[in-house]
Amino acid sequence: MNAADRLATLGVRALDVMRGLGHSAFFFFELLKSAPSALRRLYLTVAQIHSIGNRSVVIIAASGLAVGFVLALQGYYTLSRYGAAESLGLLVALSLVRELGPVVTALLFAGRAGTSLTAEIGLMKAGEQLAAMEMMAVDPKARVLAPRFLAGVLAMPLLAAMFSAVGILGGYVVGVLMIGIDPGAFWSQMQAGVDVWDDVGNGIVKSVVFGIACTFIALYQGYEAQATPEGVAQATTRTVVVSSLAVLGLDFVLTALMFSTPH
Amino acid sequence: MNNDALVQIDHVTFGYDQRVILSDVTLTFPRGKVIAIMGGSGCGKTTLLRLIGGTLTPQKGAISFDGQPVNPRDRDGLYRLRRRVGMLFQFGALFTDLTVFDNVAFPLREHTRLPPAMIRALVLMKLNAVGLRGAAYLKPADLSGGMARRVALARAIALDPDLIMYDEPFAGLDPISLGVAANLIRRLNDATGATSLVVSHDVRECFKISDYVYVISGGRIVGRGTPDEVQASDDPEVRQFILGEPDGPVKFHYPARDYAADLELH
Repeated sequence: MNAADRLATLGVRALDVMRGLGHSAFFFFELLKSAPSALRRLYLTVAQIHSIGNRSVVIIAASGLAVGFVLALQGYYTLSRYGAAESLGLLVALSLVRELGPVVTALLFAGRAGTSLTAEIGLMKAGEQLAAMEMMAVDPKARVLAPRFLAGVLAMPLLAAMFSAVGILGGYVVGVLMIGIDPGAFWSQMQAGVDVWDDVGNGIVKSVVFGIACTFIALYQGYEAQATPEGVAQATTRTVVVSSLAVLGLDFVLTALMFSTPH
Repeated sequence: MNNDALVQIDHVTFGYDQRVILSDVTLTFPRGKVIAIMGGSGCGKTTLLRLIGGTLTPQKGAISFDGQPVNPRDRDGLYRLRRRVGMLFQFGALFTDLTVFDNVAFPLREHTRLPPAMIRALVLMKLNAVGLRGAAYLKPADLSGGMARRVALARAIALDPDLIMYDEPFAGLDPISLGVAANLIRRLNDATGATSLVVSHDVRECFKISDYVYVISGGRIVGRGTPDEVQASDDPEVRQFILGEPDGPVKFHYPARDYAADLELH
């Protein structure tokens, strides 16, 4: 292969990537445009919140508890060296609310709810259900995708809040009940040190952004999946990979934007 | 243009990249008739239905529905057209998360503001017409292939369409279901006054129920006429198709290089 051929191959690749990005951006705007129709079909959105949100509660709560346990153990190990073990409550709460709550919830969400969205939409496509809807003059984006999108965006911050709350309880169990830190210090340091807007508020903004990203990626991969068993399998894998990378990348950008100016 | 025609396909050419699927075909579907489009697998029959439904755009030529051009770029116009068209997909394409009842109620709930009692009555009437009123509360997974297709038919006729399109309605059915399906297509057409378009490769059933037959091969129309006329045709491609001969104008072998050369016998 000579240099010109290589250049041409590179150009084709670059064009493909750009076309893919443009296509997904276009899809995103169409999804946003059809989102209000999910409000008109509220019962569909409610059903989706149940299947995306409620059915993820167990895994989110269990993970939150485990992360809270470990945070308290590791935090105590470091803080006690400096005689600051009383600040354990603050450490656990800040870590969870600012960072771990939104990010770990989004990663779990991609694996638990994102994959099921992708597989469901992909199989609906393979079974010609989306084509049938289209032929019945019903827009599948409005009828199928919009309620799921809205449900995902609403469910994510709630799940993240639940993750953080259960995690703090886990930290309490290990820090106070097992290690024996003073419960008054545990709670009051947390109360004094966590800011509603700077910490909790920004955590919520993060999880809303992750909700938009994860749900969009899952729906897009399902809608654009090849209508074959291998196609759906690949799309499901891509959902997890792309969502995870997107969450980690967005998290860095958001953290840099939000917490760059110390108060 | 013929005013009796509900659908007019005028010199339409369609293909993907280099592969031509339909080349310069012209067909007319008169109102109130059952028209069969027959041809081997992959000859472009389903493509034709997608062109009429506006999910594909012809490269050349024009398609009109009831005098209005079918324009896939005009989404609102297309949706108005599709409300007048019912389509039966090859495997039914039922919504697997809904019951039989909700599947049939789907177009009514999406496109009308009828009260629930009225929708219930309409759904049960449509299901009764296909003989499945008793299956109203089953899920699609509990139905046999033939039953699923009948439910899909009830759904396709829920809004009393002017045109009903059937994509391979006979494929993979047992003899009883086959007879039921053929009978239903004819009966529904006559009872509702709709126009029916049946795409199939089932020669016997198509000849039995249709008023007019087109035979497509290699992207062209090779035969047309009433079932009797087509059966009497002496066109070699039509004869090969209706008699089911393994070799003829349509070759048994996929194009390949010389057999002896492939086996390295020289």
